[in-house]
Amino acid sequence: MSALLELRHVTRTFGGLTAVGDVSFDVEQGSVVGLIGPNGAGKTTTFNLITGNYKVSRGTIAFEGRPIANRRTNRIVRLGIARTFQNIRLFQQLTAVENVLAGRHCRTGAGLVASLLWPPWQVREERAAVARARAELEFVGLGGRALDLAKNLAYGDQRRLEIARALAADPKLLVLDEPAGGMNEHETDELVGLIGRIRARGVTVLLIEHDMSLVMRACEKIVVLVYGEKVAEGPPEAIQRDPRVIEAYLGTEEGVA
Amino acid sequence: MSKRLLAGYALGAVALALAPRFLDAYQVDVLNSAGLYVLLALSLNLILGDAGLFNMGHAAFYAVGAYTAAILNTRFEVPILWALPASGAVAALFAVLVARPVIHLRGDYLLVVTIGLGEIVRIALVNDVGGYTGGSNGIFGIARPELFGAKIRKPQEFLFLIWGFVALTVFLFHRLERSRFGRALTYLREDPVAAEGSGIDTARYRLLAFGLGAAWAGMAGTLYASKMTIISPESFSFWESVQLFLMVILGGSGSIPGVIIGATIVVVMPEIFRDLASARMLFFGLVMMVMMIIRPQGLLPVRGLRFRKAHLAAPPPAPAASPAQAEVSP
Repeated sequence: MSALLELRHVTRTFGGLTAVGDVSFDVEQGSVVGLIGPNGAGKTTTFNLITGNYKVSRGTIAFEGRPIANRRTNRIVRLGIARTFQNIRLFQQLTAVENVLAGRHCRTGAGLVASLLWPPWQVREERAAVARARAELEFVGLGGRALDLAKNLAYGDQRRLEIARALAADPKLLVLDEPAGGMNEHETDELVGLIGRIRARGVTVLLIEHDMSLVMRACEKIVVLVYGEKVAEGPPEAIQRDPRVIEAYLGTEEGVA
Repeated sequence: MSKRLLAGYALGAVALALAPRFLDAYQVDVLNSAGLYVLLALSLNLILGDAGLFNMGHAAFYAVGAYTAAILNTRFEVPILWALPASGAVAALFAVLVARPVIHLRGDYLLVVTIGLGEIVRIALVNDVGGYTGGSNGIFGIARPELFGAKIRKPQEFLFLIWGFVALTVFLFHRLERSRFGRALTYLREDPVAAEGSGIDTARYRLLAFGLGAAWAGMAGTLYASKMTIISPESFSFWESVQLFLMVILGGSGSIPGVIIGATIVVVMPEIFRDLASARMLFFGLVMMVMMIIRPQGLLPVRGLRFRKAHLAAPPPAPAASPAQAEVSP
């Protein structure tokens, strides 16, 4: 049985620097997988390789058994991998609902002519897209903020808006880059709940996170990267006990986990 | 569209309809020329305002449309209004072909390339490439348009033709900006990386923005050719592109009513200050500078004009696709 996402010997070099070297791991259907590691370990680079933002130097990435390495990002989203960004990338000058509608783009079909002339099917499609966008806002807890500009939302709300935008694209795999970054403890607790509900919808989650309490609570498998290489992989309890991980990573952040 | 905006358009339409009663032929002609520039500025607004692509060679597409119509009309005797879709299509095709290799360029780099493009087209026309464009003399003897058997000749007749086309354009473009296509352009302008990451084929939409903008500029070129009956390369100079750029920025990038006002001001203001003779351009330039300092977002910026409560329509959100919201915090 093949996993939803399979990385095999994935390598990315920038000039002489190997940002990601020979990394292999699986993300099983329906699971929540965490990618952790110290700063500069190549976590975000790995994400960018999966989502097509960077080209893979060597190795393969397969999604539902199909090779996706080096495909264009918008194609990969269409195949079912949606993401959020480490440094929030919302459309700041647009309303929350318009931001979420961006995610709906690849699941709707009105082209140039239909957008100019508004045939009945376009009007129906548009109405459904707006309703869906509002449902996603409701889902992440921003139901009342539909018409607020993204830039006027609090930091934690902006992170959740990004998740809503990604969910609107009907992803099979949701890739979250430091979803708890800049959140307080209460917001992080809420986020753990949200990730649980996303999973309950049948969406698989792959996340990068520095907040160990979130990773340990939300993930059933953890992959540890250090200097671009995978040093460990396994369930949270095993990772916490793994001497290599403690040496490379957790050992320097005592008491966090 | 908000009620205030609708009222503004209605007021503008009434004022234009009554204009021939109060204005002389010259003044009506100024309004006609304003209408053409409104069309051109609205077409550039798709590229520059909505998609955020710096295009300072828009006169090239205008020229391609005008020359296509003029050649079709004078050589092949195609009625000028029949040439409208053809010139739009040729301009769009031209835009997509020349933009294809440079579309990935950002901001100021694209600006420089499009300036070059505008100059190449103008110089090609002067040099009578292919023997069709008539060199620096241009093409003359272009027929007046005919609508329902009536020939359109006088400025007040053109007023209705041109501003009628403006009204149609405004109607369609408002629909565009509030639909999937228009939003895709806006996402592209706001953050291309996030747009691509949300599943939008940004390369394709850049090209489509150029294609549609050029098609409209080409059709405006057709109207221009039929109004003037003579066209020459000097009508499509770099200065034209600069002015169009100015109209969009001055009025409010991405805002349809803003761009209409911006274009009208840029055309009409120098006429009003005609008494200042040679100093009028100086005065004009000064107003532009002051504008950019005190109101850089344009006269009627887009904020607050797009998505509003009425557009949410629908009953309160029923999260159909998602399970009922559970109480959070584990």
